[in-house]
Amino acid sequence: MTAPVMTPYRPGTATGHDSFAYLLRAEWTKLRTIRGWIITIFIAAMLPTGFALLNMGQCTVSTGTNAGTGTSACPAPPTGPGGEAVTDQFSFGHRALAGNGSITVRVTSLTGLYSGSGSVSGASASGGGLAPNPTAGWTPGIQPWSKAGIIITASTKPGSPYAAMMVTGSHGVRMQWNYTGDTAGLAGNVTAASPRWLRLVRHGGTITGYDSADGTSWTKVGTVTPTGLPATAQAGLFAASPVHNMVTSQSAFGGSGTFATSQDTGTFDHLSLGGTWPGGVWTGGDVGDTSGPSGLDGFRRAGAGFTVSGSGDIAPVVPGLSVGGGMRIEDAISAGSFAAVIAVAVLGALFITAEYRRGLIRLTLAASPRRGRVLAAKAIVIGAVTLAAGIAGIAIALPIGLAKLRSGGNPILPVTALTELRVIAGAAALIAVASILALAVGAVLRRGALAVTAVIAGIVLPYLLAITVLPAGVGDWVLRITPAAAIAVEQSVPAYPQVTAAYTPMYGYYPLAPWAGFAVLCAWTVAALVLAAFLLHRRDA
Amino acid sequence: MSRTLHAEWAKLRTAGGTGWLLLAVVVLTAAVGAAAAGSATCHAAGACGQDPARLSLTGVDLGQAVAAIIAVLAIGGEYSTGMIRLTFTAMPRRVGVLAAKAAVVTGLVLASGTVASAGSVLAGQLILRGHGLAGPPLSLGNGADLRAALGSALYLALIALLALGVATLVRDSAAAIGIVLGLLYLFPILAATVADPAWHRHLQQIAPMTAGLDIQATANIRALPLTPWQGLGVLAAWTAGALLAGGLALRLRDV
Repeated sequence: MTAPVMTPYRPGTATGHDSFAYLLRAEWTKLRTIRGWIITIFIAAMLPTGFALLNMGQCTVSTGTNAGTGTSACPAPPTGPGGEAVTDQFSFGHRALAGNGSITVRVTSLTGLYSGSGSVSGASASGGGLAPNPTAGWTPGIQPWSKAGIIITASTKPGSPYAAMMVTGSHGVRMQWNYTGDTAGLAGNVTAASPRWLRLVRHGGTITGYDSADGTSWTKVGTVTPTGLPATAQAGLFAASPVHNMVTSQSAFGGSGTFATSQDTGTFDHLSLGGTWPGGVWTGGDVGDTSGPSGLDGFRRAGAGFTVSGSGDIAPVVPGLSVGGGMRIEDAISAGSFAAVIAVAVLGALFITAEYRRGLIRLTLAASPRRGRVLAAKAIVIGAVTLAAGIAGIAIALPIGLAKLRSGGNPILPVTALTELRVIAGAAALIAVASILALAVGAVLRRGALAVTAVIAGIVLPYLLAITVLPAGVGDWVLRITPAAAIAVEQSVPAYPQVTAAYTPMYGYYPLAPWAGFAVLCAWTVAALVLAAFLLHRRDA
Repeated sequence: MSRTLHAEWAKLRTAGGTGWLLLAVVVLTAAVGAAAAGSATCHAAGACGQDPARLSLTGVDLGQAVAAIIAVLAIGGEYSTGMIRLTFTAMPRRVGVLAAKAAVVTGLVLASGTVASAGSVLAGQLILRGHGLAGPPLSLGNGADLRAALGSALYLALIALLALGVATLVRDSAAAIGIVLGLLYLFPILAATVADPAWHRHLQQIAPMTAGLDIQATANIRALPLTPWQGLGVLAAWTAGALLAGGLALRLRDV
């Protein structure tokens, strides 16, 4: 009898064990089986909500009357046709324009005044019947964006769609429409020697603006289609002058600026109308609650022409820097997103440095000798996990934080759904990429504490310095070149060139476009990953 | 106690990197301070609110992170290698060990912090000479400027002790440095998003970094939410709390 020949048992090498998918699974297993790390991920996701709840600022305005004083929530600014918060305050001499038509006028001067610093309201002396001149002691001077000209607007309600041709303090002739639109016309300031002719022509839903230096040869400035213009619109002469705004300094942990009320006066003649203008009387009045000197704003006949004096602006709201500002949506989450960045920086650094500390890295690299792939798998796993935590954390924190701000009476500046989505996705992506950067820096430095400090000193500290101690120009450069540039992805309200303001990091305006700033962080992260992969190959484990 | 002190001094002295970190405190603090002073300009004539001492000492914002690393590694390093078990076997009075670590770390950070802040003020004195800032020129002979410089060294020592307490509590270097830097940097970022002046002021009074750095103020002291020494006192309270929590945890729990 011969024993049957038996093939000895050989464990077959399961196909695919060297595949990248298995590497990912291995790294995911390492991450999820350490309880402290899972707790850290949850903490990172909850931190934005915690910080959102800490923003307990109140905004109240006093509603002082003769019967008594009280306070109420700050009023929300009106909303323009594009959905953005707008300032809509001007003096307006107007008539109804039915259907198609045109308005043409010559502007011969634009002059201005502003109150001295410290006196924001110039109307305090209007008690008795014989009030002294409220602008006595004011400084002559025109603001760069003081404006006067002709406008066709849907109604006199603040926030109405409109198109306007105007002369400005120092930006020449402009055509502006629906608060954010702005096109340059003739350059140069208006004087009696070089007057400016302005014309608006309505045809159906479109309005075309023209300008001219002599009233005979006309140049088209632009054609716009302000949505929601009714068949009968209000058209006429207007003047508005924004606050005189001077940021004097940005010192440690605070800045100071002066806001002063200003007023401008435009002088008009050669007014001619085309089309149907029912109700043949010009009506003068203020649109919005202008903060100008009482009794001097307004629309007046002067000889063969008119003058219009006004305060305020027809422009988008610039938060923190203009009358009637409010809070931005990122104010509810930006501190919390930095807190989450710190938490995931600890996690990302530990994800690699813990292996060095325990010697597990030798086993990891023995099992998967292609070291670059190990680093890639770790980056993908930590990035995916922190992205999920970031999206959940920010998406929960934002509505809670906004509700908290609203309950404190703070108006929230409205943004489009797309912008809100970008702020949430951008903040979450900032958190995720920060964890990958920490992983790469941890692989380079191999010491957890050093890696965490390096990442925080790269992302959080430059931002902190830029919004507190650094002069504005230096702060701008810091937020262009350091990984902290990524904070730009959370900026929900853009800077508007047609509004004079200090667009500095301190006020939440960053030097790069949202995704460009985020790309700077990504570039740093890629560079750190490349260096980490290189050193991982070069060095002994 | 002197044996414990000697042991801790030997450990910290021979640990790789302590010397480099102490040097980094000096170099980073002075370099960032000099860069901040060099970038300072007065845009509006006669309305320059810059505080020359505080501007020259801006580098402390970064230097404190390195001081915190020194303190965190002094205890976190022992936890990561398991050395802490040997330490506590040899010296069973655990709080005494923490006190010895605190003494050694304080001495080292105070020494490098004094060099760093004196260097920053001297650099600021040279750089700011032609910048036309308001007030008397920056000088260590001036009482307020001396208080700012020495106070900054004390500030760095208090930050190191705060970090030592937190690291003792959490037993992990990376987590400890994350918590300490979060505590320092996140308060002023949160304060910046708060528009309400009352709540903003309140945050500045309780934030360890913002309150502690009031010690650097030499201009507009009346506008500060706290006096300089009150501010340093707030930081000292945070430090005492962290050391107390760390000491209690050492006594009550297993190594």
